[in-house]
Amino acid sequence: MKAPHSNTRLRRTALAVATGLALSVSLAACSAADGGGAETGTADDIAAALQEETTLTVWAWAPAVEDIATAFEKKYPKITVDVVNAGTGNDQYIKLQNAIKAKSGAPDVAQIEYYALPQFALSDALVDLSDFGMDSLEDQYTASTWGSVNLDGGVYALPQDSGPMAMFYNKAVFDQYGLTVPTTWDEYIATAEQLHAANPNAYITNDTGDAGFATSMIWQAGGQPFTTTDSTDVALNLQDEGSKKFADTWNQLIENDLIAPTASWSDEWYRGLGDGTIATLNIGAWMPGNLESGVPEAAGNWRVAPLPVYEAGDTASAENGGGGDAVLAQSKNKLAAAGFVEFMNSGEGTQISIDAGGFPSTVADLESDEFLGYESEYFGGQKINEVLVQSASDVVEGWSYLPFQVYSNSIFSDTVGQSYANKSDLNGGLTDWQKAIAAYGNEQGFTVTE
Amino acid sequence: MTTLSTLPPSGQTRSSQAQPRPRKPHVQKRDWTGWKFVGPFMIVFALVLIAPVLYSIYLSFFKDQLVGGNSFVGFENYGQALTDPKFWESMGRVTLFFVVQVPIMLGIALFAALAIDSARLHLSSFFRIAIFLPYAVPAVVATLMWGFMYGTKFGLVGNLNEFFSIAIPNPLGNTWVLAAIGNIVTWEFIGYNMILFYAALRVIPTDLYEAASLDGAGAFRIIRSIKMPALRPAIVIGGIFSVIGSFQLFNEPSILQSLAPNTISTYFSPNMYAYNLSFSGQQYNYSATIAIIVGLITAVIAYIVQNSGSRKEA
Repeated sequence: MKAPHSNTRLRRTALAVATGLALSVSLAACSAADGGGAETGTADDIAAALQEETTLTVWAWAPAVEDIATAFEKKYPKITVDVVNAGTGNDQYIKLQNAIKAKSGAPDVAQIEYYALPQFALSDALVDLSDFGMDSLEDQYTASTWGSVNLDGGVYALPQDSGPMAMFYNKAVFDQYGLTVPTTWDEYIATAEQLHAANPNAYITNDTGDAGFATSMIWQAGGQPFTTTDSTDVALNLQDEGSKKFADTWNQLIENDLIAPTASWSDEWYRGLGDGTIATLNIGAWMPGNLESGVPEAAGNWRVAPLPVYEAGDTASAENGGGGDAVLAQSKNKLAAAGFVEFMNSGEGTQISIDAGGFPSTVADLESDEFLGYESEYFGGQKINEVLVQSASDVVEGWSYLPFQVYSNSIFSDTVGQSYANKSDLNGGLTDWQKAIAAYGNEQGFTVTE
Repeated sequence: MTTLSTLPPSGQTRSSQAQPRPRKPHVQKRDWTGWKFVGPFMIVFALVLIAPVLYSIYLSFFKDQLVGGNSFVGFENYGQALTDPKFWESMGRVTLFFVVQVPIMLGIALFAALAIDSARLHLSSFFRIAIFLPYAVPAVVATLMWGFMYGTKFGLVGNLNEFFSIAIPNPLGNTWVLAAIGNIVTWEFIGYNMILFYAALRVIPTDLYEAASLDGAGAFRIIRSIKMPALRPAIVIGGIFSVIGSFQLFNEPSILQSLAPNTISTYFSPNMYAYNLSFSGQQYNYSATIAIIVGLITAVIAYIVQNSGSRKEA
């Protein structure tokens, strides 16, 4: 029985390949797959699908995914999970977008960051997981991460990791120059001045203009520059109160040369983090693992503190990075794919992810004593997760990204980046960015109001 | 091509397919032997060269929106491109690059080729290899390498600044970035052009030199009257390649962009603009339009270079 079966499959695969080639050559548009994958299903349907011979392709770059796939294959021996690293972040989105455009070649499951999710969800490239009953998982996740995957009434991914922001600071540098840990942005600016005066090579932080950081900072300041209604009406206001608050604060650092003009993730950046010339980082909770592996020479020097706030005594945070896993509409094995996504982000997968250094988005894990009580050796024995988990619950509500955020972020340096380069008012850069975003949105058929 | 010779001399269309009534009996049966030889090439050529170009032209007449889908728009994309300040800014940048970088590069390559050919240089084969070697380094690797050297903090520039207590302006700042890229490209392609020129010099018959020296011509007279005229076709070829290379500038700025995101915009060169339009902006149609316009402009300029080169020869 087995041989003919696999023969048929082989033939079917060959046929699919040939059809794919023919399609791409003839340039004909064709409606998506006629495969046997059900479009909806219950938990029982998923369980049944996981007992059938299936191969799932997963595009992800998170290091834990390989291990999760291995554990999944062990639990469901008939499923083969093929994990492909198609690039990190934007590189993968480009390939994914091309596969969606070509109407073939997309994986069954893809890792997609929160900021990029609306773009893929809107273009109907993703499966609404509530069709598979996964809207019932809401309670398992933090409000901010669920809010990021719950778009227009659908659930387009299950949250994997999250990035509530915190201030990572080099305590050795703070001790050396007698600085106190700032709790407000005003104090932060004062600390920046003190540090730079004491050592002209040292800066409070680095920033060359990063869309992800800027949007997170506006988020923390309570800004809501991007509002989308009915999935096609986009309202833009990068000069709302929150956006201005961020720009006015950050201007003081940029205009006075108090920020290292070093690009994040560059060689210089890692060196600066190691030798103390970059003293703090305001970044997502996924950073500790990166510091440990990227800056081993500074072990014991770094600590975590809550993100400084605009008003003393306030608590406010934002998400920076993090993402979930989505099932692609092109998938021919949607039931099994949905089963994998659930295993990955709500079942056994979450612990594997945490063990690999990921910062979870599941409430149970965030509140577990083991997680909260973890003392990081790299951070001098500090219970870093206490600070980071607190930040997760302080995330300001009501934020949303644009349905074409990936492109908008890609032109951030053309506009806001010019303010950084010229050390001029960020508000001007934000206004230029808004204009460019509006032009693109209108070009793409959205109704954009500024 | 062979059928052309059997055509009547005039009064007929030059196309072999449109030949209505063959007068001579022996052309009645068509001979396919030639096609059998070029067939495999023609198939590949049609698939990988003709088809994409035709598809790009087809694409350029449509507009595919995230909201609203695909629609035929005629020449609207062309109209938009011709009035797009970003496009013209990028064209202006590569034109400036071409005008400044190419003469410098070809000049140095020419000098190197003449020096190696002069037979007065010791270790000339070593120099030949050494100058050519950068061409063997992939452009991506070369750019990364130069990118590290350009670093003002920890790179070579930073070290020089520190060692001599000077302040070299940031090569990747707004003012110098084009020159910095020109430097990389020059470094990469001097060797290639040098070999091109050197090969042209090697085929000059030695009796010309002997005759010249019998007439009492010095080294510079030989260069002016024998070597330079012989080099002209090679210089034209080098010029055409450089036109194409300049207008298709992509690798170097694209890689340096991660080091200097605020200096190198997403529309730094026309190719980068087309790339970013299609791959980050999903504006495939507009991107195809830009690509076609750039291709046409490049072809025209390459044609002008070729023409001016061969006219001098005549």
